[in-house]
Amino acid sequence: MTNTSENRGKCELALTVNGKSETVRVYPMERLLDVLRQELGLTGAKEGCGEGECGSCSVLMNGKLINSCLVPVLQAAGTNLTTIEGLAEGPQLSALQTAFLECGGAQCGICTPGMILASCHLLDKKPRPTLDDIREGLSGNLCRCTGYMQIFDAVMEAARRSPA
Amino acid sequence: MRSDPADFELIAPGTLQAVVSRLADEPGQWLPIAGGTDVMVQYAAGKLPARKLISIWNLTELQGIEVLPGEIRIGAGCTYTELGEHKVIAQEVPLLASAARWTGGIANQNRGTLGGNIVNASPAADSLPALLAYEAELIVVSVRGERRIPYLGFHTGYKKMNLAPDELIRAISLGRRFSGYLQYARKVGARDAQAISKVCIAALGRLRGGKIEDVRMALGSVAPVPLRLIEMEQMLKGKAVEPELLHLARETAAAAIEPIDDIRSTAKYRAAVAGNLVAEFLEHLRDSANTA
Amino acid sequence: MTGAHIIGKSVPRKEGRDKVTGAARYIDDMSLPGMLYGATVRSQIPRGIIKKISFGSQFDWSEFVTVTAKDIPGKNCIALIGDDQPCLADGKVNHPEEPILLLAHADRHVLRKAIEAVLIEYDALPAIFSIEESERRSQIVWGTDNVFKTFLIAKGDVDSVWEKADYIVEGEYTTGAQEQLYIENNGVIASFDRELGITVWGSLQCPYYVHKALMALCNLPAEKVRVVQAETGGAFGGKEDYPSMIAGHAALLAMKSGRPVKIVYDRLEDMTATTKRHPSRTHHRTAVSKEGKILGGEIDFTIDGGAYATLSSVVLSRGIIHAGGPYYWPNVRIRGKAVATNAPPHGAFRGFGAPQSLFAMERHMDRIAQVVGLSPVEIRRQNFLKPGQTTTTEQTVREEIDLGKLLDRALELSDYPAKKARFARQNTKGSVKRGMGIAAFLHGAGFTGSGERYLASVVGVEGCADGTVRVLVSSTEFGQGTNTVLCQIAAEALDLPYDCVAIAQVDTNQVPNSGPTVASRTAMVVGNLVRSAAIGARQTLTGGGLLSDSYSPEEFRAACRRHIAEHGELRSYARYEAPEGVFWDDEKYRGEAYASFAWAIYVAEVAVDLSTYSARVEDFVALQEVGRVLHPILAKGQIAGGVAQGIGFALYEKVVWQNGRMQNGQMTNYIMPTSADLPQLRVFFEEMGNVHGAYGAKGIGELPMDGPAPAIVNAIEDALGTRFDSIPLLPEDIFEAVFADGVTDGKTDGRR
Repeated sequence: MTNTSENRGKCELALTVNGKSETVRVYPMERLLDVLRQELGLTGAKEGCGEGECGSCSVLMNGKLINSCLVPVLQAAGTNLTTIEGLAEGPQLSALQTAFLECGGAQCGICTPGMILASCHLLDKKPRPTLDDIREGLSGNLCRCTGYMQIFDAVMEAARRSPA
Repeated sequence: MRSDPADFELIAPGTLQAVVSRLADEPGQWLPIAGGTDVMVQYAAGKLPARKLISIWNLTELQGIEVLPGEIRIGAGCTYTELGEHKVIAQEVPLLASAARWTGGIANQNRGTLGGNIVNASPAADSLPALLAYEAELIVVSVRGERRIPYLGFHTGYKKMNLAPDELIRAISLGRRFSGYLQYARKVGARDAQAISKVCIAALGRLRGGKIEDVRMALGSVAPVPLRLIEMEQMLKGKAVEPELLHLARETAAAAIEPIDDIRSTAKYRAAVAGNLVAEFLEHLRDSANTA
Repeated sequence: MTGAHIIGKSVPRKEGRDKVTGAARYIDDMSLPGMLYGATVRSQIPRGIIKKISFGSQFDWSEFVTVTAKDIPGKNCIALIGDDQPCLADGKVNHPEEPILLLAHADRHVLRKAIEAVLIEYDALPAIFSIEESERRSQIVWGTDNVFKTFLIAKGDVDSVWEKADYIVEGEYTTGAQEQLYIENNGVIASFDRELGITVWGSLQCPYYVHKALMALCNLPAEKVRVVQAETGGAFGGKEDYPSMIAGHAALLAMKSGRPVKIVYDRLEDMTATTKRHPSRTHHRTAVSKEGKILGGEIDFTIDGGAYATLSSVVLSRGIIHAGGPYYWPNVRIRGKAVATNAPPHGAFRGFGAPQSLFAMERHMDRIAQVVGLSPVEIRRQNFLKPGQTTTTEQTVREEIDLGKLLDRALELSDYPAKKARFARQNTKGSVKRGMGIAAFLHGAGFTGSGERYLASVVGVEGCADGTVRVLVSSTEFGQGTNTVLCQIAAEALDLPYDCVAIAQVDTNQVPNSGPTVASRTAMVVGNLVRSAAIGARQTLTGGGLLSDSYSPEEFRAACRRHIAEHGELRSYARYEAPEGVFWDDEKYRGEAYASFAWAIYVAEVAVDLSTYSARVEDFVALQEVGRVLHPILAKGQIAGGVAQGIGFALYEKVVWQNGRMQNGQMTNYIMPTSADLPQLRVFFEEMGNVHGAYGAKGIGELPMDGPAPAIVNAIEDALGTRFDSIPLLPEDIFEAVFADGVTDGKTDGRR
């Protein structure tokens, strides 16, 4: 692990976020969620519960879905992070984002960034998921508005549209 | 967020050697943190007593699942995801694979580790009954070298364990002698995903001539520590699974467990469900003779 | 005609793109220069006198902004209905987590520690925590008798029915508190300027409620209070009145410090300190003929309002009006009562009293069926309201609703008869028992009785020089689709493309008061006003000779530009007018309670696993008549979301109380359904129009909350043959009842 520090103060850490190299000067025990939101201005990841239950803070770390409220930023140093802000390519939304829009997958929107990233992670592992795969893959992301049905529709639709 | 990051130190020495040296130099001062799915919850709630933490996340020496001729050696830093996806684990020690898949949600499975589950020592931990049922051994490491201890008896009381302040769990070793056993695990939580268990069971058994030849059973969330039902196993050996045996098994289970009322459930419920799970396992075991 | 036929289409969510890209800005995503963070010191006891407040010596308190009741410029209350709730406790506390003192500081972490360093000493007083304790009156904790409000609905001659009855059926049904659990916690930012006054940005449903409360609290005139709604991450009623409290706190700190102040709760504070659904107890006593017809009855409906009156009288009102369900009661006496306890005040949560009283009614119908010897299907058929009959408040059913036919369709969609038969056979063996349950119900949208007239909502539609149109309402978006539907309606009324219409940010400086975003009134009532205002704008242009009756968007743009060049602006307003011939008697609680009712039949299939005593919904059919489906995806989304919350209400969501304080204030221990817990929720609509609603729509936001719990518990009773009259119904509760009944699993000795 690079950039280790034994001082009681802040340290400089390098992360790659949405393909861009970033350096932050932070306490090692700051939560990755807070560093993303406050140091890097990436407010897409949300705090819903602070204990890794709701998934609204979830982001991808080296391609794996994690709850950023439970990651001390020191452990994210040197990793590749993907947040919701990294999915669209300029004005072009990803297939998942478009599907969420078309199928009613987002209502109040607060769970949506985490839900879309969890869906991303699921489709990376299972490009042709069954409904049960989706239920299980998204079971760590709570949504209070939709009752999940239209979220499932969105993920199925995105899967359908992706090249085989 | 009820803790101030400025009040905490977190270091990541980067190698196992460096970590255990630090733990030896300043015993009891540094709390190891792997994936953080337990520690960070306490931290965010303002309830983490430790102020100095030492990261063991991503240490190569704690990673990997080695499949050797007589044992499966699981690095303590293996995540639940890695456990759940490993072919040999799924084939030979499936109770551990299922426990891994029903611990938390995907995001927490990508970070939570087996070693962390053991030392966090929640009575409700999902993987620990499986380790008891498989008679796991722990490989524990410090500057003094490694020692291998049976997992049975590792937990000496609620959140107390047979681990010196400067020791880390390096690996968990499971034998490869459980094919041919009927394997049964079930977790009962408040909902079907992402739930802390109210009762869980991991059990394996083998019949010969319609009688129980060998059996291992362990329960979680019914005592201050995960519980291997040794007396139950002795009682069951050599017997046929008949209604009277099921009744006796229920009574034996009831005598062995000490469930509590807590925020999630009641002692009476836990006791009743534990009895039901024990009976259900024995019925599955009995019925497996018909398909053998 | 480009704008025609937008109604009924699933047009894109107006603010959807921001939501899927992470660009949507919620309160905690925002900050202002020089901003401080604010936090609240709260009571640790349920009731008592504040003896002493001391500040720990480890802090330099001059670094902090401190506000107590003494700093309040205006009235120390959260102005709502009864004005009995203090903004900050002044000498006395009446519930755990009651706010006492406010602190602000630039460093969030230092602030957190400082909150812990304020020590309050109390002389504790005895406190009460249940409806029964409140009724006993051994402690009077509110007013003279612990009673916030009573109501009486009386129709016909109830006292005469008992001797004519072939059966008299009694039952008592209870429901617990339920937490709204919006994923975004409460939060506000306030700033104060001597000239401009107070500005508050908030996660909220009702900006004008906050506006009114701040005027009274801060002693400021209307034009010196500005409330702006930020993107709001879920509300469900939990942000109807509570935001006035948190906004008041932030405003006081901003006024005292002269700096902007942000207050955002974490999950623990939000769950333990803010409002929940009112716990309820309903007693039914019903006279029934041998054919199964309801001859009359008495319904006693009581709700626990917590420590202050807040919204309890209105929740009570809706609860009693819905208490009779979709049935014909020739004679009825309905008594409603809201009582005080020492819990944080309960408040609005989707359904607002109706889920509670309808749970009781629909459980009671199954009870009546058993006593009379009819099926749950037949008992309902015997008693459904028919067009021309009157409700319990003597409102005539004027639309041609055929509930029997609706029931038939629901039974077909759910495969009810075949499954009932199959389960009856299968349940004799094995440890999983299955059952089917029905709930029939109605939900009145809009404010009760003369409420809409009292609100006198105003809506504006503005034509801009670039040909776009802006909808001006105080109705807020919090996921249900306000922005989309109101723009859809305006576009339809103006024959313009949907993309030409936008909705103004809800800012009390910019938009008129179209009433609160509650009571399922937005599409129906406010939507109708949007339609009127849009037509008004159109008529201004056509009447002024700037536009012909049929036009293209380009022609519309040209007409707007010309009108604005001449008159400065093009704004059309519409104000609510009560329909003719509609009367409501507030004294007798009689008459047209709601402009329209939506009707529904829900069917639940539930499996109970007797090895774990857990109930799981395996299939769910939600069939409702809703007037007109304005936007299919939004409508389905509302029903699915409401059903999911209803399933939580029935089977998962329990508030664990100890001495008036919620003990399980975290998402780990307050259990809401995940994606893995729900079956496919199958949603179906019928549309028979509604003369009182925009394009024939009825309000549907709260409807889906009323049916799931009774349908599910009816199904569980069908599966096990055991009575359950209380929700939430957890596995531990099923275990206790099954254990008592000695129900076995039919195979091994499943009995303990």
